[in-house]
Amino acid sequence: MVICMFRLSCKSMMFRVISKGRVKSPWIFHLNTGSCNGCDIEIVAAFAPRYDLERFGCLLVGSPRHADVLLVTGPVTRQMLPRLIRVYEQIPEPKVVVAVGTCASSGSPFLGSEMVEGPVDRIIPVDVYVIGCPPRPEAIVKGVVTAVKSKFR
Amino acid sequence: MTAERDVEREVEVEYTRLRIPFGPIHPALKEPVLLRVSVRGEEVVDVDMALGHVHRGIELLAEGRNLIQTLYLIERICGICSHSHTTCFIQALEEIGGITPSKRALYLRTLIFEMERIHSHLLLLGVIAYEIGFDTLFMFTWHVREKILDLFEKITGNRIHHAMNTIGGVRWDLTPRMVEEIDAYMREVEKSVKYIHNVFMDGTVEKRVCGLGVLSYDDAVKLCVVGPTARGSGVDIDVRRDHPYAAYDELKRDFSVVVERGCDVYARTEVRILEIFESINIIRAILDRLPDGPIRPKENVFRLMRGIPEGEAISLVEAPRGELLYFVKTDGSGGLKRLKVRTPTFSNLIGLKPMLIGCEIADVPVIVASIDPCLSCTNRLIVIDQERGESNVIDVDSLRHRVRRRWMRQ
Repeated sequence: MVICMFRLSCKSMMFRVISKGRVKSPWIFHLNTGSCNGCDIEIVAAFAPRYDLERFGCLLVGSPRHADVLLVTGPVTRQMLPRLIRVYEQIPEPKVVVAVGTCASSGSPFLGSEMVEGPVDRIIPVDVYVIGCPPRPEAIVKGVVTAVKSKFR
Repeated sequence: MTAERDVEREVEVEYTRLRIPFGPIHPALKEPVLLRVSVRGEEVVDVDMALGHVHRGIELLAEGRNLIQTLYLIERICGICSHSHTTCFIQALEEIGGITPSKRALYLRTLIFEMERIHSHLLLLGVIAYEIGFDTLFMFTWHVREKILDLFEKITGNRIHHAMNTIGGVRWDLTPRMVEEIDAYMREVEKSVKYIHNVFMDGTVEKRVCGLGVLSYDDAVKLCVVGPTARGSGVDIDVRRDHPYAAYDELKRDFSVVVERGCDVYARTEVRILEIFESINIIRAILDRLPDGPIRPKENVFRLMRGIPEGEAISLVEAPRGELLYFVKTDGSGGLKRLKVRTPTFSNLIGLKPMLIGCEIADVPVIVASIDPCLSCTNRLIVIDQERGESNVIDVDSLRHRVRRRWMRQ
């Protein structure tokens, strides 16, 4: 009984340490699902020296399997729809999705087009919306930090 | 016997040839494009391209909206060269409506245009530095770029989509203090770009990118590539000089067209660096000779919009990536009958094939980056029905349905 308790507490301790580590180093995967590049260059600008998202321990990674945070930009086009779902499924739990820009949040100027499936939250669950066309890098930094702090506890 | 040998050879070829999908989601490419690269060992043998991942049907959307709504819609075609798109569109509208913008408005348009060119070229230089593994230079270049974005914010209130153009003029004016500020910023940017130029001239960068992605002069002419990609291969074309628009007619003597004969990634990079200096020269000339006057007509924009008669026009501008063409057909009641956009990357992507064949697989991202692909502009599919004279923008699925339906009928 005592050993069992000890093991349990060890396990919960380990989880706590891991989740604390996750808050300190969220790895980010960026997916363009039909954006106009405006949000994409603002995301890269957020990683550039002026705004420096990397000071929160973030890192832009090349594979969704390594990532904790998914940044989605743009309204979801037909061709990108299966790919968005695949990328979302490839990210290990727990994961956070941040919709960057008005197009990803509401589909705004492209709504009504036959080639656009709609905003991101129609397809996958979204945790944080960063609106703006395109949002400023500060807003993107805040969105990522809010998402990480609210979900990874 | 010989037939057996042929089969063996074929099997051998099949084994040695590998088809590698490159994208659409790839860490080296920021935008979705699918390159199917066939390789033998490390060498690229053949390239096939699949586009359409960012196809949003903008041309079709524009046909259902009025001209002012379309103006803000086409600004969202591309986030990097948004001002080029609106300028091109507005020029066509002004041509149809017979509206002449004031001199000051034209000069201000040109000013934003050249600042956009600097920002776009700096962005690309950073991307090239990133692709060759020179992250420090990437960070430095993007830091310099922030200064230009600050200026955009001061002039127009926005960093990326400036919304500067309106029918018959521009929306924001410069104050005398702002003119001094732009001048000071330009001095800083020129100093930094000189430093970046020195770093790119360095032996390590030169060895990495020299002789990569060769597009010969003949190929460049034959494939009709445009902009810095063509100028890097020795083709002397520039819309600003050949068909001057906005205020370029009066600024002809203040800039020269940069042409390099290296034909490789290095030459295309150098063309862009030297073009930044030319753009700074143009901006200085504009600030020196900025004429006085109103920036936009006093009439309400909607009244101007309704006054535009039925007609059609073609408009050309030199976007940061090359020649951008718009065909606009209005319906006379403030709407559009047809909008056709031909973006520079559409012409330049064809040039990728001769560039990539023969290179190594590790060099593919650098070469793709060197034509500065802007895929959000490029994706399209158009079917023209010649019998009825209709043209529709449709997607792959409905095309498939059509084909199936035709099969069923047969």
